Amino acid sequence: MHPFDYIAATSVDEVTGLLAKHGERARCLVGGTDLLVQLRAGRFDLDVVVDIKSVPEANVLEFDNGNLRMGSAVPCYRVYEDPQVRKAYPGIIDCAELVGGIQIQSRASIGANLCNAAPSGDTICPVIVHNAEAVIAGPNGRRSVPAEDFCTAPGQTVLQRGEWLLELRFPKPPPRFAGAYERFIPRNEMDIAVVGAASAVGLDNAGNVATARVAVAAVAPTPLLVREAGDFLVGKAPTRENFEAAGEIARSKVRPITDMRGTIEQRQHLTKVLTRRTLELAAKRAQEA
Amino acid sequence: MVDKVHVKTTINGEQREFLVDPFMSLLETLRDLLGLTGTKEGCNDGNCGACTVVIDGRIVDSCCVLAAEISGKAVETIEGMATPAGLHPLQQAFLEEAALQCGVCTPGFLVAAKGLLDREPDADEHRIRYWLAGNLCRCTGYDKIIRAVQKAQTMA
Repeated sequence: MHPFDYIAATSVDEVTGLLAKHGERARCLVGGTDLLVQLRAGRFDLDVVVDIKSVPEANVLEFDNGNLRMGSAVPCYRVYEDPQVRKAYPGIIDCAELVGGIQIQSRASIGANLCNAAPSGDTICPVIVHNAEAVIAGPNGRRSVPAEDFCTAPGQTVLQRGEWLLELRFPKPPPRFAGAYERFIPRNEMDIAVVGAASAVGLDNAGNVATARVAVAAVAPTPLLVREAGDFLVGKAPTRENFEAAGEIARSKVRPITDMRGTIEQRQHLTKVLTRRTLELAAKRAQEA
Repeated sequence: MVDKVHVKTTINGEQREFLVDPFMSLLETLRDLLGLTGTKEGCNDGNCGACTVVIDGRIVDSCCVLAAEISGKAVETIEGMATPAGLHPLQQAFLEEAALQCGVCTPGFLVAAKGLLDREPDADEHRIRYWLAGNLCRCTGYDKIIRAVQKAQTMA
């Protein structure tokens, strides 16, 4: 492994300055569960690793007028052990509780999972269907990007030189709204998704679908928002038939490959099934919300 | 060459101070620099849990932590589990239930299981299996390990 320096940054400006100075030779460290493994595997070399866990703003987990601010260094356990977050965003809890094992959840963050930009990233689709915004810090100040636009290719993001993800902002959930995430893996825990699907459903006063979003993982070069599947449901009753039809739309939009984890056909099938299941679960939760 | 990092930390209740290369993992540092070889290297990529230690009350894979990160933190390893009075109930139960064969995964399972029982002494079987999903064992088939953890719950 190429020797690198370790710097525990304590402010937003310090992180930005280091990343701007070193460019592609520096990266942020949160959990280390991807970064250190990739460095050891020789995927790339760095001169500087910038630990952002001591930056107070990156550790924020709080509600601001009902909107959730989640710093990019907040580990999964803090998310799922927070009673308010559990109640407001069950679809986010689904993914925080199943990514890796307990050891991984002690360190890994949802924001850093987004930055790793794996097509199969478990927490990315739930973030997308909850309409989250990625707040990016950089040499020119801050900017905000919709979560669905953050990943651009496997391992690639919109982050430019000197930029890094500071926090995720989740809009306040409206009444009768909820999300859900499920994935298919060959064992019960600790595996990479063959397919993952996240849905979020908002219901109107009559109990029909007011808003719906569906995103699918491991079926395209990036986690994929399928707008057509959600739009199809608006104004319709939350029935199995309608959710099945939305699943069929999602199936028709994905572009999976065949690899060691699954075939194109299996992934297309799983897209339809998991989309329908997560829509059903999200709608059930929305009815109880 | 990069400069070494000065680390001041607490390991198993003892103050430790050392210089370490900034790219050294906590796992390598425990084993090769500090001589604490109870923590095992399995996959070295965060899948197997053999290198599980506790940092500030949370179980982590020490292969995915840099030693430079533990300054000011409290680390607990398998070496801190038994006391002069004897084995920890989990260690005793693993012996009695023969919950190990080759033993490489055992320190990780013990540290992880202690992390659960310290937090949730009445965890049921489902919860124990879920909690230990980040620890792999190629020998036992897991049932003996789960039985040992359940036995330890009655011994404390």
